[in-house]
Amino acid sequence: MNRVPTSFLIGAALSVVFVAAAALSFLWTPHDVTSLVIANRLQPAGGDFVLGTDQFGRDLLSMLMVGARTSIAVALVAVGIGITLGVPLGLAAAAARGSLLDEVIMRGNDLIFAFPSLVIAILITAVYGPSATNAIIAIGIFNIPVFARVARGGALSLWTLDYVLAARTAGKGRLRISAEHILPNIANLLIVQATIQFSLGVLAEAALSYVGLGAQPPLPSWGRMLSDAQTMIYSHPMLAILPGMAIVMMVLGLNLMGDGLRDMLDPRLRRRRQ
Amino acid sequence: MLRYILSRLLSLCLSLIAASVVIFGVIEVIPGDPAAFMLGLNATDANIAALRAELGLDGTVVARYWGWVSGMMTGDFGISYTYRVSVSDLILDRIWISLPLAIYALILSTLIAFPIGLIAASARGTLADYGIMGGTQLGIAVPNFWFAMLLVLLFAVNLRWFSAGGFAGWDNPAAAVKSLTLPAIALALPQASILARVMRSALLDTLGQDYIRTARAKGLTRRQAVLRHALRNAMIPVLTIIGLQFSFLLAGAIIIENVFFLPGLGRLIFQGITQRDLIVVESVTMLLVFAVILVTFLVDIAYAAVDPRLRRR
Repeated sequence: MNRVPTSFLIGAALSVVFVAAAALSFLWTPHDVTSLVIANRLQPAGGDFVLGTDQFGRDLLSMLMVGARTSIAVALVAVGIGITLGVPLGLAAAAARGSLLDEVIMRGNDLIFAFPSLVIAILITAVYGPSATNAIIAIGIFNIPVFARVARGGALSLWTLDYVLAARTAGKGRLRISAEHILPNIANLLIVQATIQFSLGVLAEAALSYVGLGAQPPLPSWGRMLSDAQTMIYSHPMLAILPGMAIVMMVLGLNLMGDGLRDMLDPRLRRRRQ
Repeated sequence: MLRYILSRLLSLCLSLIAASVVIFGVIEVIPGDPAAFMLGLNATDANIAALRAELGLDGTVVARYWGWVSGMMTGDFGISYTYRVSVSDLILDRIWISLPLAIYALILSTLIAFPIGLIAASARGTLADYGIMGGTQLGIAVPNFWFAMLLVLLFAVNLRWFSAGGFAGWDNPAAAVKSLTLPAIALALPQASILARVMRSALLDTLGQDYIRTARAKGLTRRQAVLRHALRNAMIPVLTIIGLQFSFLLAGAIIIENVFFLPGLGRLIFQGITQRDLIVVESVTMLLVFAVILVTFLVDIAYAAVDPRLRRR
């Protein structure tokens, strides 16, 4: 009965390809991405360079592999920031529903939502210096209210259920109930949201490094490959097409996986869709 | 209704105050001396001292904050350090590119998304529905600046229908609209994909309601039921997303304007950042945040006007 959705399978397959490429890049890449060999510049695809080389003589396939690593690392840590800070805040707000604490947390959330995230991310990386770390922080901050909201929403409905009431009569405190009963039951929601935020993180990282505010040279990133390619687009369009395809495939994979996960983990939605 | 508007207005003011404190904090308090930051590595002590005096940095933090905020309330956004003109003039120059671009993109996004969402919802489960949903998944995954590069490659380089960048100026409206067309399409595609999906699921939600069944039982055709009853009720989530998208488009232009060399607010803020012109950055960021908060407020009020149930919250 519990058929795994096709979207999940396709999404997971795409994501696994990129994670594997990123992992492999730690051990091996076809060529060294930090050495600029001008003699090899703008080689066509095929032969020694499977996807060809850029205007600095770097192997495109190797750069895409290391770029996947940068993308995944930035997005993953940014999601980590969102979960570790956002989820406890959301749980606290739900446990203290209607109190001043709840109000302060939720209004703080609204405030972060009101900021145009890209502008603030650009601002943070510009003022504190462009680097992968600052890109992670800038993207991570905007994940906090997302997870806080999802955690609070999920937790609020659980607080009215009988087993939580039973736990309270048994003398458990709000903190213990949140950790032992609420958190495990909202894990599904959080996993789905994490997949979505992960894919948004990949897009945001690409945008930041495209404008030069993400990972710095010599570390390759998909966004910077695109900005490097911009002047070459007339003569060598593949330089711009390949990194873009990589971003699209990875984001598409994560989104499909998220959709599939939601269908699998939320039985109500499954029923409604049938 | 009046009480609801007042409470939303209060929340709007609080958001603005909080936002201004955050922006002021990020830019002026945390990274050390703004004057030294703006002048860079080659600054002499005398230069820094002169700029500090010009910026009014010698006052207390509270006095500086108040000076900035009260200035903005009277339309005085300060003097740009690099351009040597008032920031409000710079903004007035450039808003006539960013605002039309955002509106253009929003119109395109809505025009694309509405029929697509409507078709997908009414043809639910068919090949057309799957095709549309697959297409929108792809649209969401495409970074708009990359899509912009592809558009340039196809329409400017290969077909030569449009210029690859720059802005023709409003003296010639047709040329101006033409130079905003590719950027608007690039901005609109991902937004249209999101909107079409929201439209489809909102319609599917309302189509499952009892009043639709009643309408059908009364003898309305499926099309009549969709157009008269479902569409109107599905508008609530769709309007929220449109409201959010407008602010996103305004701020999202920051990168697209750079791809197409459009001298709009996004490019202004970006140049401000690279030239370390903090006064420009601070004021333009605040303006964008103000636009976002204002649109959210207007959407909230529009809802309450449409749906009386929301006023009682």
